[in-house]
Amino acid sequence: MARELRTGMLPPRVRRASINWGDRAFHGITTGFALLIAALVALLVLELATESVPALSRFGPGFLASTSWNPVTGEFGALPFIYGTLATSALALALAWPIGVGAAAFLTELAPRFVRSILGTMVEMLAAVPSVVYGLWGVFVLVPLLRERVEPWLIERLGVLPVFSGPPFGLGVFAAGLLLAVMILPTLASVSREAMSAVPRGQREALLALGATRWEVIRAVVLAQARSGLVAATVLALGRALGETMATVMVIGNSPSINVSIFAPASTMASVIANDFNEATGLQKAVLLELGLILLVVSLAVNTAARLMAARSTR
Amino acid sequence: MQMTRDLRIVSVQEWREAAEGTVSVRGLSAWYGRHRALTDVSLEVRPRSVTALIGPSGCGKSTLLRCLNRMHEVVLGATVSGQVLLEDEDVYGSGVDPVSVRRRVGMVFQQPNPFPTMSIYDNVAAGLRLAGTRNRGVLDGKVEQALRQAALWDEVKDKLRKPGTALSGGQQQRLCIARALAVDPEVLLMDEPASALDPVATARIEELMVELKRDYTVVVVTHNMQQAARVSDYTAFLLSEDGGGGALVEYGETRQVFEEPRDERTRDYVTGRL
Amino acid sequence: MISTYRRRKLANMLMLSLLGAAALVAVVPLIAVAAYVVLEGAGAINLDFFTQLPSPAGEAGGGMGNAVVGTLELVAIASALATPTGVMAGIYLAQQGRGTRLGPLVRLLSDVLNGVPTIVVGLFVYGLLVLTTGSFSALAGGVALGVIMLPVIARTTEEAVLQVPSSVREAALALGLPEWRATLRVVLPTARSGILTGVILGVARISGETAPLLFTAFGNSFWSLDPTKPIASLPVQIYNFATGPYESWHRQAWGAALVLMTMVLALNLAARWLSRSR
Repeated sequence: MARELRTGMLPPRVRRASINWGDRAFHGITTGFALLIAALVALLVLELATESVPALSRFGPGFLASTSWNPVTGEFGALPFIYGTLATSALALALAWPIGVGAAAFLTELAPRFVRSILGTMVEMLAAVPSVVYGLWGVFVLVPLLRERVEPWLIERLGVLPVFSGPPFGLGVFAAGLLLAVMILPTLASVSREAMSAVPRGQREALLALGATRWEVIRAVVLAQARSGLVAATVLALGRALGETMATVMVIGNSPSINVSIFAPASTMASVIANDFNEATGLQKAVLLELGLILLVVSLAVNTAARLMAARSTR
Repeated sequence: MQMTRDLRIVSVQEWREAAEGTVSVRGLSAWYGRHRALTDVSLEVRPRSVTALIGPSGCGKSTLLRCLNRMHEVVLGATVSGQVLLEDEDVYGSGVDPVSVRRRVGMVFQQPNPFPTMSIYDNVAAGLRLAGTRNRGVLDGKVEQALRQAALWDEVKDKLRKPGTALSGGQQQRLCIARALAVDPEVLLMDEPASALDPVATARIEELMVELKRDYTVVVVTHNMQQAARVSDYTAFLLSEDGGGGALVEYGETRQVFEEPRDERTRDYVTGRL
Repeated sequence: MISTYRRRKLANMLMLSLLGAAALVAVVPLIAVAAYVVLEGAGAINLDFFTQLPSPAGEAGGGMGNAVVGTLELVAIASALATPTGVMAGIYLAQQGRGTRLGPLVRLLSDVLNGVPTIVVGLFVYGLLVLTTGSFSALAGGVALGVIMLPVIARTTEEAVLQVPSSVREAALALGLPEWRATLRVVLPTARSGILTGVILGVARISGETAPLLFTAFGNSFWSLDPTKPIASLPVQIYNFATGPYESWHRQAWGAALVLMTMVLALNLAARWLSRSR
């Protein structure tokens, strides 16, 4: 016998490799396809980095802080687009968060079965509507409504605040933020729902049995215990808002400027790429690719953080 | 070594036939990750007999069974040390493919598990087909033979194209036995094959085990001591004491283990005091 | 004491109503968008819409036949690339990758890839295929959509394979099947409807994508099936027509939106039905 008898107290080393040639080949093939996914992510970063070298070397880190955007003189800065991206995303989150999390709480804690299945399906279908269809609806329904009714009304009453000042364009940060809010709503609602459903039933009943009201149970047990899941939902939704393109490019007005008023036109990183890339040449193309690279790096960071948090919250 | 032990054997061919289906376990230990499930078990399973593995739950009897055809290592992090000799070949020897071991040592599980996407016929033929048998006549013959051996042929011969999952629980379990028999194993392992079945279906499986030992070496895990006493020729009693891995306490002819156990712990268990 | 009790009761009523209101507000946009798309789009849908080319700028009539065909071709290319790749990667995640360090990393990267803005995927494929071949093409568009579809299929395949009871896999192994045959012949067929659900969800996800096509498939005013040439698609056509100046274009855009949305919602409902009837 080649191998001696081992009766030690510790387990022997795990033997993983199969000796069956078919299994080895199969193992190699599936591993190869799995590695392809990893390679794609690496290749994405590498490709965009290489393509944006002319812009990177020309402007350096100052690119992030510069507001100039002049294709004629070849002066470019990213600040207006970073501002536009952050402003629309922040507005979208502020509008969508209470509605998404509230709807999730209603659906997990209060809704009868059939209401839950109907409303739940409808909220998820919101995610299925193509972003260009939201853009179309935004251009022909939302923007006129904002320009003629909502924005004048807000300006009249709150116009003293700089945020709500200026002429009602319709197209602008406000319209983009509203559309983005609709688009991130299903992400917020479904990830929050998952986190809330993971809270053990017994904990709710324990507090109810102490004489708590339904709301007190939701606040003290459900929302409290689902907190890290809610954070993950928020971050994931933010990730979606930062990179969303079509709806934004169609209603934001596409102007590389920074204004205090949310009614003013602006541009996001994604929207300026969509709007200008096919017409751009030379340095401007590299600049747009660098904006794409920034967007990619931010989205990688945001999504990695969100996934790690989500994994921890449901474990 | 075997020759000197049994002087009645006169030719190499007879010796080979007598040895077919012997399983020798030597110094076998098994782990799930860091948790030891089985400690230093040695026993010789007699060919063409029914051997029952009994013991309280968690004693390692199922683990021992799964070590015999290398199904133990299918679980992530599960490891083994020691030897299991099938005739004279160590199934854990380097260069031994678990796939070839499992072709010689068939297995029936606690829950009937026919392949959900396959018909009754395809379930029984699955092992043969996947080993490369394409000839329709050969397949038909083997499928019928296996279903007859599993005492299922008369009930299903008119609906061989129906899905295997459409049968009753007892029929499904006999289908799984037929599926295991169709590839002509030498040894058949059964892991509490009747625990999910009603008494009538259980009785049929028990009759079947007694039938099968004419052609196969049968090793059965059961938590039902009456069942072990009814169907088996030999019984091994395992026990896991103070949280360590299960160890072999007593092994012998079934009648002896149940009626005149040598170990006090065996007596306590078979009389229901443990 | 009583006043505390009443205050708590009131707070309860108020907050529960707000939660209900949030749920109602959440579905208003879907109804509003769907209603407008149906009302505005229905008028543009007729036989010409599916069989004719777009009419010259500003003229009435014409259709989007080339964009309908183009979308189907793009989706077909993407599915042909992403399905086998995603299924194999999904098998890895569910089986070989368990207990390794690479498995969780690939799972994370797959989720991260799923979150990459699709416009960035468009830029990536532009550099990878359009710059190198010197031309926009249906193939480049299909590759871009395939990259977006891949993680969806990989993760749903993983889940579908994990749903297959381990007893089924063990039965196959105990029969003496090597791991790869047990997986391909027994486990995958058992996971079939789950994987199909993933493919349908993947198709639904990509068929409405616009941003990744702008710099890859580009667009085309004429009939084309050639994978090496630019190709029209419904989403890009909606974008171009909606941002154009002509009334007739806008009508066509609504019509295309209706077709696209019907298709995507139907695919999603089919996937839900499929995963529920399992």
